[in-house]
Amino acid sequence: MGDAIVITSGKGGVGKTTTTANLGTALAMQGKKVCLIDTDIGLRNLDVVLGLENRIIYDLVDVVEGRCKVHQALVKDKRFDDLLYLLPAAQTSDKSAVNPKQMKELVEQLKQDYDFILIDCPAGIEQGYKNAIAGANKAIVVTTPERSAVRDADRIVGLIEQEDIEPPMLVINRIRNSLMISGDMLDIDEITSHLSIDLLGIVIDDDQVITASNKGEPIAMNPDNKASIAYRNIAKRILGESIPLVSLTEEKKTFFQKLLGFIGSKN
Amino acid sequence: MGNRQNVMIKGTKDGFILKLNDQCSYDVLKEELIEKLAVQYKALDDDHLISAQIEVGNRYLTNEQRHELKEIVRSQKSLVVEEILSNVITVDAADILIRQHEMSSMAGIVRSGQVIEVDGDFLLIGDVNPGGTIMAGGNIYVIGKLQGIAHAGCYGNNEAVIVASQMIPSQLRIAQHLNRAPDMDKNEQETHEMECAYIDESEQIVVDRLQVLRHIRPNITKYEGGR
Repeated sequence: MGDAIVITSGKGGVGKTTTTANLGTALAMQGKKVCLIDTDIGLRNLDVVLGLENRIIYDLVDVVEGRCKVHQALVKDKRFDDLLYLLPAAQTSDKSAVNPKQMKELVEQLKQDYDFILIDCPAGIEQGYKNAIAGANKAIVVTTPERSAVRDADRIVGLIEQEDIEPPMLVINRIRNSLMISGDMLDIDEITSHLSIDLLGIVIDDDQVITASNKGEPIAMNPDNKASIAYRNIAKRILGESIPLVSLTEEKKTFFQKLLGFIGSKN
Repeated sequence: MGNRQNVMIKGTKDGFILKLNDQCSYDVLKEELIEKLAVQYKALDDDHLISAQIEVGNRYLTNEQRHELKEIVRSQKSLVVEEILSNVITVDAADILIRQHEMSSMAGIVRSGQVIEVDGDFLLIGDVNPGGTIMAGGNIYVIGKLQGIAHAGCYGNNEAVIVASQMIPSQLRIAQHLNRAPDMDKNEQETHEMECAYIDESEQIVVDRLQVLRHIRPNITKYEGGR
């Protein structure tokens, strides 16, 4: 019986889909059998980030409406030998095409065959969110070091605490070291003490994350990128390993090196 | 029945006290009251209003009956009913009273979008995050950071206070008064530790050191004794 983890944030654009794709990839790389579910019906893009867009035949709505079997709709990622699957969202309907009860049944069914089911939640706290959390037994809240994102994360944590779900874990995404060190951005301690939930990991903002998702290759496949290592560490922590957080002071040096290198390449 | 004294009128220096028997039926009582007031009318024909207090003993009066008695007294004489005293209240009313006087407590965080509403006092062991709201009919005590909105005395109690270990609220409301945080950069705000908020004589919400509370609102102290 696997774990169903919903990845949510409240606010849009903080990196839920990127996080889902990369954690899925990283867990598959650890040899786990993973199924990703995109619940953002009408605005799907997990398939794009994974580079699986043109293999979609059936989608989530087809499954719940009985037009196909679950296994027919699952898209296999060939890069990971039978370990990573995607259940894509429909692009033509909207969130009301599915209800929480149907989602719960679907996730229960998938839990039998997979070690992890990662549910990518749409932004907002309406129907789409309710569908996404319906089948989950764990939750990851993604936020960025911005006041607005933290505020929405706080709201979501409050809502999750009312559900029959384990206390959510926090991923702080898109950390920009220069801003954090200069004090112009919320720092990690401030965010974790405000939300008072366990910190699962921090991910540095890196240009390559964007390039990689444009290519349809999650950054976690890149062996020596900072963000990639962060996602892999989060995956390991989900699996129960204790991996210390990347220290910021250590990052500081490499960041300046990077910055110097960047300026150097420009000239 | 006719000569039984169901209604007794007593004069004091503050006005009249109408003592109504609690053993007879309401209709008999009402009749006798009208009668008594009509008789006494000639003796008292001053223009100015005299206050009266009605004591009904162990009789329960519905709101309509209370209203009716007030009307009778008011229409017959230059009397104004100050209050009706009864020894009896309904179980519902008693429940409300209990709820208004008890302290509810909660350990946890009031997060953005969450609203906690209680009739009496509220004790929170944890933070109120920005966007979170506490509404209490009585006082609010926060052992933690108050960063959201606190509304004490929300049903109109001006005496209510708000106390927090760390007072950094976005808004403070007491009864119908409102006070918001100054527009400052969050990082520049000095820390406000162990403070209380109350309404002062000029009807303004003021935030002050916790130590002043015992002088300003001595009623908060319910404990008696000690050595």
